[in-house]
Amino acid sequence: MSRPAAASATAKPAARLLDFLIHYALLLLLALLVFVFALLEPAFLRLGNLFLILQSVSIVALLALGVTLSMAVGGLDLSIGAVAALSLMSASYVMVVLDWGGLAAIAVSLALGTLVGLFNGWLIVRLRVPDILATLGSMFLVLGLQLIPSGGRSIAVGMILANGDEAPGAFAGWFLALGRAQLWGRVPLAVLVMLGCALLVWLFLERTRPGRLFYAIGGNEQAARLAGAAVERYKLLAYVLSALLASLGGLLLAARLGRGDVSSGNGLVLDALGAALIGFAVLGARKPNAFGTLVGAVLVATLLNGLTMLNAPYYAQDFVKGAVLVAALMFTFGLAQRMP
Amino acid sequence: MPSCSAPATTFIRLRGLGKSFAGTRVLEGIDLEIRPGEVLALLGANGAGKSTLVKVLAGSHRHDAGELSIDGRSLHLESPQQARRMGLVAVHQQVEQGVVRGLSVAENLLLDELCAPRGATFFSPRAALRRAAEIAAGLDLRLPLQASIESLGAAEQQLVILARALALKPRLLILDEPTAALSTPEAERLFGLIERLREAGVAILYISHRLSDLQRLADRALVLRDGRLVTAFEAPLDLSAAVDAMLGSRLEEVALQAPESGEVVLALRAWRLHSRSVAFDLDLRAGEVVALTGLLGAGKSAIGETLFGLRRQHAGDMFLDGRPWAPRSPKQAIDAGVFLAGEDRARCSRVPGFSLRASMTLPFLQRFSRWGLLDLAVEREVVQAQVQALGIKAPGIEQPLELLSGGNQQKVILGRWLLGTGRLLILDEPFQGVDVRARRDIGRRIRESAAGRATLVICSDPDEALEIADRLLVVRGGAVVAELPRPGLLRADIIAHLAGTPPPASLHSPRQGAVRV
Repeated sequence: MSRPAAASATAKPAARLLDFLIHYALLLLLALLVFVFALLEPAFLRLGNLFLILQSVSIVALLALGVTLSMAVGGLDLSIGAVAALSLMSASYVMVVLDWGGLAAIAVSLALGTLVGLFNGWLIVRLRVPDILATLGSMFLVLGLQLIPSGGRSIAVGMILANGDEAPGAFAGWFLALGRAQLWGRVPLAVLVMLGCALLVWLFLERTRPGRLFYAIGGNEQAARLAGAAVERYKLLAYVLSALLASLGGLLLAARLGRGDVSSGNGLVLDALGAALIGFAVLGARKPNAFGTLVGAVLVATLLNGLTMLNAPYYAQDFVKGAVLVAALMFTFGLAQRMP
Repeated sequence: MPSCSAPATTFIRLRGLGKSFAGTRVLEGIDLEIRPGEVLALLGANGAGKSTLVKVLAGSHRHDAGELSIDGRSLHLESPQQARRMGLVAVHQQVEQGVVRGLSVAENLLLDELCAPRGATFFSPRAALRRAAEIAAGLDLRLPLQASIESLGAAEQQLVILARALALKPRLLILDEPTAALSTPEAERLFGLIERLREAGVAILYISHRLSDLQRLADRALVLRDGRLVTAFEAPLDLSAAVDAMLGSRLEEVALQAPESGEVVLALRAWRLHSRSVAFDLDLRAGEVVALTGLLGAGKSAIGETLFGLRRQHAGDMFLDGRPWAPRSPKQAIDAGVFLAGEDRARCSRVPGFSLRASMTLPFLQRFSRWGLLDLAVEREVVQAQVQALGIKAPGIEQPLELLSGGNQQKVILGRWLLGTGRLLILDEPFQGVDVRARRDIGRRIRESAAGRATLVICSDPDEALEIADRLLVVRGGAVVAELPRPGLLRADIIAHLAGTPPPASLHSPRQGAVRV
């Protein structure tokens, strides 16, 4: 449902330039960044580095795709970072402490994610708690919950449990491969998972009936209801899908880290939110969309990777992310508003 | 209380006043004199320009033609604050726009003082309470000043808003539908207040669709139509004449073919909309187009919404194709073939940013799904065909719907529901914001496609109803009170029924209890 260029051939050159910018500014910025970084630091363009960028962004991108879905129905899911942390901790707990194996870990993590999604949906749809408040509440709830089983400690292989025993289990080898393996000696598995999910979310939003209804609900809930959409059910679905994607992100994080690190989920939610919002400006979509979200995530990661290579200080990272986000929002809302 | 020393001569004078929005004249050539101590009623149908005139007088809109003079001085009102300084104060119809939730009654009474640009920085609750008590006492109002505003009923909130306006000592008080939320005794209380104000020399511009209010209060009535003042009446008001002037007489005969009377699609039995409305029966048949007409607030839309599952009736049964019909949601209604296009396109039908294509197919996306994926090629084809069939003028089907003209938007919405195989199509004010040519066109499309389903068109305008319908139903007080077959029907008959003063010899007047329609 990408809107075609609104400016006709007869429009003034200035208007056409503006229209062009609104559509392609962020893609051009990405290309420009790659070009500049490659010029300053030739190692930047090595295939290994490019995949490193993608791998570094894969987890945030999964969460951002979840936010994209909740934004599509006109809501916002702030609990995704907490859900990812919950997934990380529960997968580690199931494998290391309970020793149930990798499959059980995945099943438990995804099930817990689904539960949180259902809970969010229930708060928002049934109790009519405003979405931001509901998911802010469940964010705190889940952040606290994930600390309880391990008593607030990180979970590592061979850790000493509360009863004095050594934890019996370990991370399954194939599970760790999810976060670390590279296919054909080059392509990280996590990147493929990210691209696959992005493709699925894109297909869902652009090419399926529920996806179209998601956008309709986000645009005008009343109109969607009067057109026969089961608004409540679709909103619930959006929050469940969002939490599932976040759980998947947490699983990839567990596989990459090989331990249940209590502080690793922090910061994911803001990065994911930023990527999804930057995505509004890609191709002039002005709405949450899967392709834009992916571009937004990659753009931020590229910028950070290049700056790191050029020895920019690590503490400048958040400032840079903020600058990109604000610029993208200016494009989306400020400039596009001037269009007829 | 407002000062009583105002002389009984004109203090506000409009000469050829006009206002346009984006090239459309909304008000034109308004000549009007307002004298202290008179109640002036303003009548007009939807879109006649009433609220624009009010907004010009209240300083929200700046007039762009003609002259507005106050006390002999010609001026432009630039802001509501300036209008208030000149003594022109408007009270708006929506209670929720006039009170601030979370504040107390006293704080609401003093809201204008609190918000004044040069108001005091520090706020003393005790001084505020004293000041609010003065205001309330001056108007003889007994209000729980320290209670939160939400704890008051709608009527008392209305009085708070009014008291707030009166605290500004207005010379002209503009009341826009002040009785909409009030019961009869509460309205009486308001009328008493208005009469006291009149005696104190305050001019009152009173807008209401309750004709009985106007008859009770007004010294003069002005009728607006299509942005012009068409007539003025002196008290006592002739209601039929006023309604007639309000709706205008631009009837041109439209030849309607008699419908093939089909089977009954929808039947209502001993049906009551709410506890205060009379029970009635109703049959809608396949192939016929029935217009539901009535004044603003008569309950036309509510009847349509009940058929569509948006609300429940108070009593009685509904049958769709002979089976009991009790829809609980629009989804259920649509699945059963009952469609409704709501009155307010922006609120009920449009999704911001959705293209013509996506807007049209929204309820029927299932038809374009193949193994879960939408077949966009088929969707485009179907939409393109509908665009052709209905003569929709648009640069393309990917154009955002909100960029089309009102008439074309309405055609897209009509086209949407014609995509489904409906048993009952309900169109609520399909001609709103649509120019005359498009109106004729849409009316023709509705009639052409009417075979095989029942069509219920809700329209307040009797001319529109006459243009499109095989049968007219007049709604008053939430009930169908008269059925008027189209052949030989004159608009005068409709108007008499609308105003509730049918000719004594009328065959269609309601009987006691259930009316068989």
